[in-house]
Amino acid sequence: MSIPERVAVRLRVNGEEAALMVPPYKTLLEVLREDMGLTGTKHGCELGECSTCGVLVDGKPYLSCLSMPLDLEGREILTVEGMSADGRSHPLQIAFAELGAAQCGYCTPAMLLTAKALLDTDPHPSRDAIMEALAGVLCRCTGYLKIFEAVELAASRDGITAR
Amino acid sequence: MLRLPRLRYLRPRSVAEASEMAASNPGSMFIAGGTDLVPNLKRRQFDVSTLISLNALPNGTAVVGDAKRGLEIRAGATLDELAPHPALDGPYRALAQACGLVSTPQVRVMGTLGGNLLVDPRCNYYNQTYSWRKAVGFCMKKDGQICLVARSSPRCWAVSSSDSAPVAVALNAQVTLHGVEGTRTIPAASLYKDDGIDYTTKRRDEVITAMHLPAVSGRMTSAYWKLRRRPSFDFPILGVAIAITWDEGVVRHARGALGAVGSHPVDITPYLAPLTGARPGEDLIVGVAEAADKPSRPLDNTDLSHYWRKRMTKVYIERALREACGLPPLEGRLSAQVKAGAS
Repeated sequence: MSIPERVAVRLRVNGEEAALMVPPYKTLLEVLREDMGLTGTKHGCELGECSTCGVLVDGKPYLSCLSMPLDLEGREILTVEGMSADGRSHPLQIAFAELGAAQCGYCTPAMLLTAKALLDTDPHPSRDAIMEALAGVLCRCTGYLKIFEAVELAASRDGITAR
Repeated sequence: MLRLPRLRYLRPRSVAEASEMAASNPGSMFIAGGTDLVPNLKRRQFDVSTLISLNALPNGTAVVGDAKRGLEIRAGATLDELAPHPALDGPYRALAQACGLVSTPQVRVMGTLGGNLLVDPRCNYYNQTYSWRKAVGFCMKKDGQICLVARSSPRCWAVSSSDSAPVAVALNAQVTLHGVEGTRTIPAASLYKDDGIDYTTKRRDEVITAMHLPAVSGRMTSAYWKLRRRPSFDFPILGVAIAITWDEGVVRHARGALGAVGSHPVDITPYLAPLTGARPGEDLIVGVAEAADKPSRPLDNTDLSHYWRKRMTKVYIERALREACGLPPLEGRLSAQVKAGAS
């Protein structure tokens, strides 16, 4: 058996079905960025050590650099591009912007999505729960404090978009 | 960008089909969560032409049974399913602790128990990109001839870096393997070989399908302690798993195993024998911990200094024993370590 150049993959990303022809050895990160143009998902270490490539799969934080697209058919994939709805930013995005919870911003998409996964299961998490949930996402600017505060601010608004 | 090598990706629908695919594809490997395999492949630590995904196999219940009958845990259960699982809250708590201490929350969502049992032994000279390894000179585990940690060594000293493996040994677990020649169930301890390259007795076509924890008669306690640089991230550089069965406050039997101090989980059960028949207090535990670190022989091939990891072995054995015996944590007093330093 020879290695196929491309295989058909059907992914559901941000609520939309996408039918793609991609090499079977491309990771979800590569497919999102290179084949779907969704460059909000960042590549960092590409080895599962920094979580900057984090996306949500069925609501749970996944590392797209280690995920194989063929295994994700039929699953619900959410990237940072899908966080806002009807032209309105997600409460977490608003809180991050208000508090300046980003320095270089490279880890921000993964921070937002990972925090969303937490708030979706635990709407009023303790500081410890926030720290634990975000533990895998590295911020090399080390701006964690404002990130924790932004998650708390978004949680305090009960999911209602302020302003 | 670090990319995977060109390969085929197969998705069998049954375990039997998976084994047959492995048997008929010589250059194939199984993949489940992929959190260990995919980085290793990106660094070209294996020559693989085919990945056989176990993610399309039928999904059963993660855990079946209870402490009275024993537990059967599906090997495909993810670590984040098992860490908070109520069935692992009692006698088998060490396994929940180990699953909850693996790497990051994201990796635990993806990684499976079966995959963690079979983490490829790690080494500072091996878990590196192809160009790094080429620049330094390849080691015997991949592409080279010699061991870069112990240059005259005829064997590879890569380190068993699984958190669940020492727990499986301490809990006297069994694992079921399914291959083309049939199904077999073996003690977890005999799943491993003391060799950094040829580290498992699992055959190429065999899939781990389940882990079995034995039924508990009377009371059992267990604990797992893990040492690493970053408490929310790293592979273990030392793991201590302890399981103790009790008869009315007296130790009936104590089992234990160390992780990340050799190429396989190291059984320290014989060193825990002085606990049998005793009601362990602080002094007995210190004495046992002092002696039980003897088989810990870390080499300079993982994170942090191997001298320190050796010294921490007795400290972590003491802490794990204290937890399993229901004694309060030491709150910073490292009695075993202090005693060793004074002698």
